[in-house]
Amino acid sequence: MSAAIELKGLCVATRDHRLLLDDISLALERGTTTAILGRSGSGKTTLLRAVNRTVEPTGGEVLVNGADVRNLDPIGLRRGMGYVIQEAGLFPHFTVVRNVAIVLEAMGRPLQEREMRSTELLASVGLDPTIFARRYPHQLSGGQRQRVSVARALAADPGILLMDEPFGALDPLTRAEMQDMQRTLLARLGKTVLLVTHDLDEALYLADRIVLISEGKLIADLAPDAFMRSAQPDVEAYVRAYRRGESRTSKLAASREAQG
Amino acid sequence: MTAFLRQYGASIATLTMEHLWLTGAAMLFATCIAVPAGILLTRSQRLAKPVMAVVNVLQTIPSLAMFGFLLPLPWIGDRAARIAIMALIAYALLPILRNTYAGIREIDRSVIEVSRAIGLTDMQRLIKIELPLAAPFILAGLRTATVTCIGVATIAAAVGAGGLGELIFRGVASVDSRLVLAGAVPAAALALLADGALGLLERRLKPPAAEGTGL
Repeated sequence: MSAAIELKGLCVATRDHRLLLDDISLALERGTTTAILGRSGSGKTTLLRAVNRTVEPTGGEVLVNGADVRNLDPIGLRRGMGYVIQEAGLFPHFTVVRNVAIVLEAMGRPLQEREMRSTELLASVGLDPTIFARRYPHQLSGGQRQRVSVARALAADPGILLMDEPFGALDPLTRAEMQDMQRTLLARLGKTVLLVTHDLDEALYLADRIVLISEGKLIADLAPDAFMRSAQPDVEAYVRAYRRGESRTSKLAASREAQG
Repeated sequence: MTAFLRQYGASIATLTMEHLWLTGAAMLFATCIAVPAGILLTRSQRLAKPVMAVVNVLQTIPSLAMFGFLLPLPWIGDRAARIAIMALIAYALLPILRNTYAGIREIDRSVIEVSRAIGLTDMQRLIKIELPLAAPFILAGLRTATVTCIGVATIAAAVGAGGLGELIFRGVASVDSRLVLAGAVPAAALALLADGALGLLERRLKPPAAEGTGL
């Protein structure tokens, strides 16, 4: 069975020959969620962009559904992938319905179909169409904007979703709500998701696999439980940073107990 | 006053129309050149600086000298109106070009990134996203250019292209301040009117987000 997305020795370099991605090989099984974890500037976003060809690889291959992306029309390729970014990136001059259906609009689908699909999707991301359909992005909260952004990504029913820190800018409670929505939606829709995040908690909650990238190199590619138990220094450092608060509070509790 | 108007009313009206025609024609050409050029510059950053510099220099040429420079040119120099329109185009280019360029460049980068990533073609991105979002800027440029052109067009009379400048020049020559005013007041009124009308349009084109929040 061919993977939905496969990277083979992917390299991306800047014009002055600095390597942003260095020999990354990775296969994403259909219907799974893979989290790409790493610091800011580690190359996570570049990897995502190589998949939809908004960045051209300087070496190696990117295969989508078994086809080399260099042989595919980039416009068609991108329309076959939903895209969600941190600040939602909604079009400020479009209403919510038009934002959601923009890909269908670009594909020349009739207005009626677009409105219907848009309304249906708004409901499925938890926004009441009768309230939100005619609003503009600036009239929405951060969480609502992100929901619209997810609805937009699903509009053309793509098999693949690319998400770049989708919930990074939200407060923890809203983020948790969004992650729940994401899980429910994905369980139902069976999309292949490539999720870029620096948040280990998010990766553990949403992903079937966690890939750690550092300075453009692939450090680890593990299932969530294996990731948490890994003895690799870079992985351990990430897990330790994540558990810092937890270990401090448990120490505090222990010392309080010791004091009686 | 009434006697003055009876004597000059008709020529004020004709010259106003002439003035409008010169300005209108120049603005039409300038827009057709500067808007596409501004868009092009956003696509190739390397060209932006030198092109902007050249257009900037055009703007600094004193208007009387500009008419003088154009006079000996073939074809253009043959007709006074051609000289006038060419000169006005030269002055109108910069504000339109600069605002088109800046208007598109100012658009939030994430919006542009998303429009590429979701598979809009370059043309769709331009028509559906960039131009509507840059429209208030572009219009502000058109507005500045129009007001400048209406002012500069008064000097077109120096090369015999007509327009309200003719009354001003005649008034200056015959030391008749009424004639100077008969040219200057309608010219000022035209400028104010154009400014007001384009300002109104500019506000209407502002994307909803720019009008402040309010649910």
